[in-house]
Amino acid sequence: MKQSSETAEPPVAGTPKLPAGAVFGLTFGFLLQKGGVGKFHVLIGQLMLQDWTVAKIMLTAIVVGMVGVFTLHHFGKVNLHIKATRVGSNIIGGLLFGAGFALLGYCPGTAATALGQGNWDALFGMAGLVVGSWIFAELSASLKTSLEKWGDLGMVLLPDLFNIRRGVFVVVFALLLTVGLFALEWAFPI
Amino acid sequence: MRTKMSVLLGWIAVLQVDSAFAAGNVVNPLDYPGPAWSPYVVGAGIGFLSWLTFSLSDKPIGASTFYAQVSGFIGRLLAKRHTESLAYFKENPPHFGWEFVFVLSTIVGGAVAALTGGEFANEWIPPMWEARFVDSITLRATVGICGGILMAFGARLAGGCTSGHGISGTMQLNVASWISVACFFIGGIAVAMMLYSF
Repeated sequence: MKQSSETAEPPVAGTPKLPAGAVFGLTFGFLLQKGGVGKFHVLIGQLMLQDWTVAKIMLTAIVVGMVGVFTLHHFGKVNLHIKATRVGSNIIGGLLFGAGFALLGYCPGTAATALGQGNWDALFGMAGLVVGSWIFAELSASLKTSLEKWGDLGMVLLPDLFNIRRGVFVVVFALLLTVGLFALEWAFPI
Repeated sequence: MRTKMSVLLGWIAVLQVDSAFAAGNVVNPLDYPGPAWSPYVVGAGIGFLSWLTFSLSDKPIGASTFYAQVSGFIGRLLAKRHTESLAYFKENPPHFGWEFVFVLSTIVGGAVAALTGGEFANEWIPPMWEARFVDSITLRATVGICGGILMAFGARLAGGCTSGHGISGTMQLNVASWISVACFFIGGIAVAMMLYSF
């Protein structure tokens, strides 16, 4: 049996072709709309801790996606796409993102869905997203030498942090998240 | 000291805007129509979609990069030399690629789902917003643009958004993503509670 390809780069993964991107994006938008997360009140409802649709969708996607992606990765079929952990910018950026999310009522992906759904106010948010990206680009050089240096842990995964083998971690974590989902459904059936 | 003062003043301004525009109406997000499909079906679908994007396109699902690329395109149009001198665009030259097509198609996907499900909204102000605040498109536009700006800046700093970190990063057990998502919700819940819960 081939060793798990944790370090080797499997050459088998596909290439980012645009028609595939179009089909996947279409499916993503379709699913988000059917899941109700293109709706302002569903997203704000989650942030008010009243409507738990967003958490249910995200946790289910994480469990299903994690099991599949790590299985495919084990057999050398896909590359992982790990982002570096920079504690300072993850925390500050995360908090700013959350505040903006609550103000707009859509996030970047659901704003696109909301626009397709005929919620034209998503356009204001999308304009803001373009402006905000520009502001970040203007400051990117100085952020790189300041905030982004704080707590730079590099490419690190949860199993590395707890020093547990990846396969074991995935199985245990998938079970834990599934139990969490059952608890969530029990506590908030709507 | 000066920064502390300005933070405080900003905070007061936010509170005043809040109390000035809140008509005092209590809103309940559950009074409005919920999702068409079960969240578990949709979640599993997105998880499965990730298997496909990873194996067929070698890409995780993500949305926020699209907006950075649009800003790069506009920047190159208006000030080419300056745009190309910025560190972020040097590392991530804007191009019409997979992420770009993906988000454009997300708009279409949302439209197809809404039209086929009889859920096409065709409205400028969400009903719950209107019930809570005054019926003013200017206010909605201002708050929406500010929200978008904060969100994009935050996403670029954190390295992703609710899709890139919240779904794709967390499923890869990326530490950065779990920290970021926790902070998305901490920040989001704090501000949403301030705006809607009292």
